[in-house]
Amino acid sequence: MGTTGVAVVEGAASEGRAMDLLRFTTAGSVDDGKSTLIGRLLYDTKSLFTDQLAAVEAASAAKGDEYTNLALLTDGLRAEREQGITIDVAYRYFATPRRKFIVADTPGHIQYTRNMVTGASTADLALILVDARKGLVEQSRRHAFLCSLLRVPHLVLCVNKMDLVDWSQKAFERISDEFTAFAAKLEVPDLAVVPVSALHGDNIVARSEHTPWYEGPALLHHLERVHIASDRNLVDVRFPVQYVIRPQSTTITDYRGYAGQVASGVLKPGDEVVVLPSGLTSQIAGIETADGPVAEAYPPMSVTVRLTDEIDVSRGDLICRPNNGPAVAQGIEAMICWMDEATPLRPGATYAIKHTTRTARAVIRELHYRLDVNSLHRDEAATELGLNEIGRVRMRTTVPLLADEYRRNRTTGGFILIDETTNRTIAAGMIVDTN
Amino acid sequence: MTTIDTTPAAAYRVSHLDAIEAESIFVMREVVAELERPVLLFSGGKDSIVMLRLAQKAFAPARIPFPVLHVDTGHNFDEVLDYRDQRVAELGLQLVVASVPEALEAGLVRESADGTRNRIQTPVLLAAVEKYRFDALFGGARRDEEKARAKERMFSFRDDFGQWDPKNQRPELWSLYNGRHHPGESIRVFPLSNWTELDVWHYIAQERLSLPSIYYAHERTVIERDGMLYAVNEFIAPRGSEEPFKARVRYRTVGDASCTAAVLSEADTVDLVIEEVAATRITERGATRGDDRVSETAMEDRKREGYF
Repeated sequence: MGTTGVAVVEGAASEGRAMDLLRFTTAGSVDDGKSTLIGRLLYDTKSLFTDQLAAVEAASAAKGDEYTNLALLTDGLRAEREQGITIDVAYRYFATPRRKFIVADTPGHIQYTRNMVTGASTADLALILVDARKGLVEQSRRHAFLCSLLRVPHLVLCVNKMDLVDWSQKAFERISDEFTAFAAKLEVPDLAVVPVSALHGDNIVARSEHTPWYEGPALLHHLERVHIASDRNLVDVRFPVQYVIRPQSTTITDYRGYAGQVASGVLKPGDEVVVLPSGLTSQIAGIETADGPVAEAYPPMSVTVRLTDEIDVSRGDLICRPNNGPAVAQGIEAMICWMDEATPLRPGATYAIKHTTRTARAVIRELHYRLDVNSLHRDEAATELGLNEIGRVRMRTTVPLLADEYRRNRTTGGFILIDETTNRTIAAGMIVDTN
Repeated sequence: MTTIDTTPAAAYRVSHLDAIEAESIFVMREVVAELERPVLLFSGGKDSIVMLRLAQKAFAPARIPFPVLHVDTGHNFDEVLDYRDQRVAELGLQLVVASVPEALEAGLVRESADGTRNRIQTPVLLAAVEKYRFDALFGGARRDEEKARAKERMFSFRDDFGQWDPKNQRPELWSLYNGRHHPGESIRVFPLSNWTELDVWHYIAQERLSLPSIYYAHERTVIERDGMLYAVNEFIAPRGSEEPFKARVRYRTVGDASCTAAVLSEADTVDLVIEEVAATRITERGATRGDDRVSETAMEDRKREGYF
């Protein structure tokens, strides 16, 4: 399994189970070649099937395209094919002998920023594409900013269409330097830059002979090896209670287990724990799965925790360790990405809020500012947030949230707002502070 | 010199299959916690068999807290119906059957010209949803199956006609799923969204799940039609020059027997099937489902009407 990374389809039955998983998202302006890049990754890792390829070839030919348009692989909706653009996130899957990948292919158009935010919310890594001829454009900056706002831990800048600038090292370095300077203003913990041609497959799965001056790995090689295991928080125990399991059975009596997915930290039987918001303390009696008890639980395991004491615990509560808990707060400072077309966010309005497994209502007390995501300028005179706009608000919730700063914990720091009339998800929120 | 990863994270490794299993269990628990009347669509196919396993795991040691629903087209493989009834009995589940033949008789739907019943399943499904007031329907659909499915959310909102509007989907952020709806509306939930066909088979191997025998290589009398191998049975008869012949085949999907084709195969164990699936160059639906070949957007069009 050499560094050229040409993917061998995974072999024997046992091998395929032990690999780890990388979730990544794509970003970049319209026509920067995001869908083509994904098509190329699928094609070169032999994850593309002959019937899919035949369908794309036929559709390309029917449209009169000069070459097979790999973007048609991911632009699967009728409206997308009619307009030749990506409207909604498509998820794609491929594997190499080292890793499995889930790709969120997101739209570049500004009116679909919310879909890009959707893709980034669960991503370990984001690929930002830039057209080598055009350099950084507004959308590249916007998407880099959104990735940093959503705390995507790893970024890869793909300088695409290198074939159209004669594989110029200068052009590559100019864009690379410009992006690095911009990223310095953001919080980007890990950045790699790769010169590529998605259309021709240069530096995608194998190093290209066209870029002898480039010393880094091909894109796939980086995706296969980027270290993500440490991105998880294994220190701060956060176990939001999702569901209480109480069998109504004549054979299993008095069983009471708290089901949930570990958000962070490591839980072990015998650990002293605190249940929030009540503050009652107990001890972990056992951690169970359908396959039997386990010695410890860590993210992202879905398990059932039993406590030694009969205390009142219900959905929406959170189990943590003494002296290391989230804030228990009704006052929340947060960054909001507004996603509703019909109405803007306005101070004074009340919405439903879903935060971990806890649902409540929240009133927007104040809009501190609206952020211009291109210049990072803060408009403090703003009175509302429209579709795809981002700003900082102060909110008050009907019940306390068990909240961490989003920068410390993506699970206990993120929330959504729901319009109680239409039931639509209208905002993504990231907690900055509590008061 | 080899360097050894000594970070604590290395000790807390989670394989890809464990990660998607944990995600699916989380999704199932969310639905049961937040919605009133969930039901699991159970066809006896491999994906719904995996779904039942996940449901068992999500609520153990309690029983699965929802019934299962089978949309019975009347065009079933006998092995699959037997398997369905056996599994339902083992798990002590309540089985609801929405019957296409009964709906035909009652005049709710009309037989299509080509005799396939895939499309007319939809009104029968929707009638059952209305009758039992189900508000959450678990389905085993996967995003890797088809390009319209690749666009679908884990929690997919449907209006009171069961319709999907791909241009108007709720944003789905982190693992914060929005299952809110008005009476009559419902949520289709796809816990296996992020699984691939190969993942499903790895999981079947890991969990030692039994499957209907038609998933493994066996001899069957078939005809070749549109480049696919259809079993000759009471629903499919040879036309014109189609000459029946015997072949070693297996099924990659189990659907309506009138439009689901078999593939040539020697794989008669789970491990051999995994090898075969890993090496195949044709998608599951492309190889076996006549209904997807109707047009470029056949699946999207059916889903808009309320199909899974």
